[in-house]
Amino acid sequence: MAALENLIAALSPLNFLLALGGVIAGTVIGSLPGLTATMAVAVLVPITFSMEPASALILMGAIYTGAIYGGAYSAILLNTPGTPSAIATTFDGYPMAKNGDGDLAMTLACIASVCGGLVGAAFLLVLAPPLAGVALAFGPVEYFWLAVFGLSLIAALSEGHLIKALMGGCLGLLLSAIGVAEVSADIRLTFGSQVLIGGIETVSALIGLYCVPVLIDLVATPDKHLKVTSESKGIRLKEALAISWRGKFNLMRSSVIGTMVGILPGAGGSIAGLVAYSEARRTAKNPEKFGKGAPEGVQATESANNATVGGGFIPTLVLGIPGTPPDAVILGALLVQGVKVGPNLFTSESSIVYTFIWGLFLATILMLPVGLIIGRYAYSSIIAIPKALLVPTVAFMTLIGTYSIRNSTSDVAIMVILGSIGWVLGRFGFTASPIVLGLILGSIAEQGFVQAWTIGAAAENLIGMFFGRPISLAIIAMIVISLFGPSLVRLFSRSPKETVQ
Amino acid sequence: MNRLTRISATLAAVTVAAGFTLAAPACADEYPSKAISYIIPFGPGGESDISARHQQPYFKEMFGQDLVISYKPGGGGAVGWSQLNSMPADGYTMMGINLPHIILKPLQKDVGFKTEDIDGFFMFHYTPDALVVKSDSKFKSVQDLIDFAKENSGKVTFSGSGKGSANHLAQVTFDKLAGIKTTYVAFKGTGASVQALLGDQVSAQWGYTSVGATHADKVRLLAVAMEERHPSFPDVPTFKELGMNFVSGAYRGIAVPKGTPDDIKKKLSDAIGKVNANPDFRKKMEADGFALLDVPADKYKAFIDEKTPGYVEAAKEAGVLE
Repeated sequence: MAALENLIAALSPLNFLLALGGVIAGTVIGSLPGLTATMAVAVLVPITFSMEPASALILMGAIYTGAIYGGAYSAILLNTPGTPSAIATTFDGYPMAKNGDGDLAMTLACIASVCGGLVGAAFLLVLAPPLAGVALAFGPVEYFWLAVFGLSLIAALSEGHLIKALMGGCLGLLLSAIGVAEVSADIRLTFGSQVLIGGIETVSALIGLYCVPVLIDLVATPDKHLKVTSESKGIRLKEALAISWRGKFNLMRSSVIGTMVGILPGAGGSIAGLVAYSEARRTAKNPEKFGKGAPEGVQATESANNATVGGGFIPTLVLGIPGTPPDAVILGALLVQGVKVGPNLFTSESSIVYTFIWGLFLATILMLPVGLIIGRYAYSSIIAIPKALLVPTVAFMTLIGTYSIRNSTSDVAIMVILGSIGWVLGRFGFTASPIVLGLILGSIAEQGFVQAWTIGAAAENLIGMFFGRPISLAIIAMIVISLFGPSLVRLFSRSPKETVQ
Repeated sequence: MNRLTRISATLAAVTVAAGFTLAAPACADEYPSKAISYIIPFGPGGESDISARHQQPYFKEMFGQDLVISYKPGGGGAVGWSQLNSMPADGYTMMGINLPHIILKPLQKDVGFKTEDIDGFFMFHYTPDALVVKSDSKFKSVQDLIDFAKENSGKVTFSGSGKGSANHLAQVTFDKLAGIKTTYVAFKGTGASVQALLGDQVSAQWGYTSVGATHADKVRLLAVAMEERHPSFPDVPTFKELGMNFVSGAYRGIAVPKGTPDDIKKKLSDAIGKVNANPDFRKKMEADGFALLDVPADKYKAFIDEKTPGYVEAAKEAGVLE
């Protein structure tokens, strides 16, 4: 009966409005590169002090989930992930938009995000305390292998351009080493300059490497930004629903992957999206379409990254260890409210947490109408605005967005420089994703490696540390499959696909 | 022409208006007359963020203005502190500061700021170092851990937040005082360090009393580096009681950009002092494991000078300073 009470509490008019407003604000914020969910939630915290803890959580959760979804907009329409979680959405979302299917991609992303969000919230509702153990089972060495797995996907995903993708990945790894090293406190590769001491900030690198080349190309070519088919098809909801139904297994698998990766503090939506994407591609009937505008790609990443929201709340609420930076802000707000997080939150003070989880369901469902409407508006404005206006507007946004992350002009300079480098490299067939993934995964891999090595050396069992733990071995197996699987399959089957390469 | 004049008139009006707003803070009577930006030079969720969040509602209640918290992470705080003095010195911008960070970072390398460049105006608390183990750990006392470490040199592993940090220096100091050798593993922030402890990746953790408060059901404190026992942990001995002269931790406070008028600094210092003195606030902070202290603007410099030698010595022992 208590469950019903909490559900009704979540549906109170105030909570409904908070969920709706939160999702709208979050979607808009997430769609603007540079404005992050963390920032949005942080600004809101003082407002939530006067609220009931459950309402405060609902508002912050709604903004957070909206922002993760909103990241898909710029990924699809501008080839620029609005948040790092949407990196893999650019792989197929932007090609779809280029081919004139931008409206379809936006609607697919919305449905997938809602689906992922619901699955993540369902795990949070039903299995949070036991699943929190996953976060603890992952030690430094598992993070190291997980990051290596992510890096191996760069190679697997870059059909035909393996060497270039690997070089891009290495460049990203080098970039990740710049600044003060997180675990050793060494100051590296700054060449004595103050500008680089803070390292390459991920979101500014995203903006530079993805958005600047698009802008330059827009100016350099006479074509329209996105191809538009003559008749306006609206949001193409029916078509999108049909595709989503066909892709239901993909959606479910990606959502579960997203939840599990979300449970791991520090791993984040970018890894979740990448893993889900590569799984979708590996199991697809038409893997060659991936990267050229396959709807399945958008579905996989968007469901996975929204599932990380529910997943990330699991360690936050059960262990008091924030799963993601926005979770960290929310955790702080809860502490100030006097809410003690921990397994007890799910038993003795269960009304707060269950009201919140139902609120998260509500916010996720509201994302469907909200997303479809805002998405349609965003798409129609992007195709309607003449290039002469679009380019300066977006360029201005990239500058403001980059600056606002840390109020740092150094980040803006780094963004512009990386963008120019990215454009030049793009002329030679290098893509942005391997560089950015190298940057993000590099620091995770480095920390995990150094910590695992230190602990392994103390136990005088380095080999056991790196190769003797079950989860590590499972991840290593996945690395081997992702690297050598395709060639083995090709070796043993004489399918006509061989000729495609 | 007409349009141009109109534009210049508007511009002039804007300039005048801007002039007024800029001039406003100069009359300190009405200070604070608008929201104050409170920058945390770390990511969210850490002890600095949590303390700022605790101060936020009390400041608003007492002085009617918001503290707007934002994050400027990078370089273990260096990104924020190196930019502090280029921010507007009008009393509406302030930044969290931490010891030992602001003492040790500039000594390691040129990180864009010097300790004496930081215009601190209040140090409000510290989180005492604490030796933390999991609730089910075989180490029931500090002596258990020392005995084990004596027989297994280097095998006891400690997680902690950062290198050259308060946690790291605590490990080095403790090793020296106890005559043992242990291994320190640096993690990114206290959250990750607790995660490693709870996941049995390490044997124990160098954390703060606040870890014991936040994770009360899962961890035990073996001892705390305080002069006297912490009110929230009356059963946990101090290292002093155990015969080790070891009182240390991470101190937190706030600084303003250099050039902020003295009278405004004084007002800010008084304001933060009043928040710190609020009984309700004190109760909450102590329940979260913080140990409050009051170092106002006029005592700030002496405080830093007093703390510096101990930190520098420990940092040299730890090998983070030459």
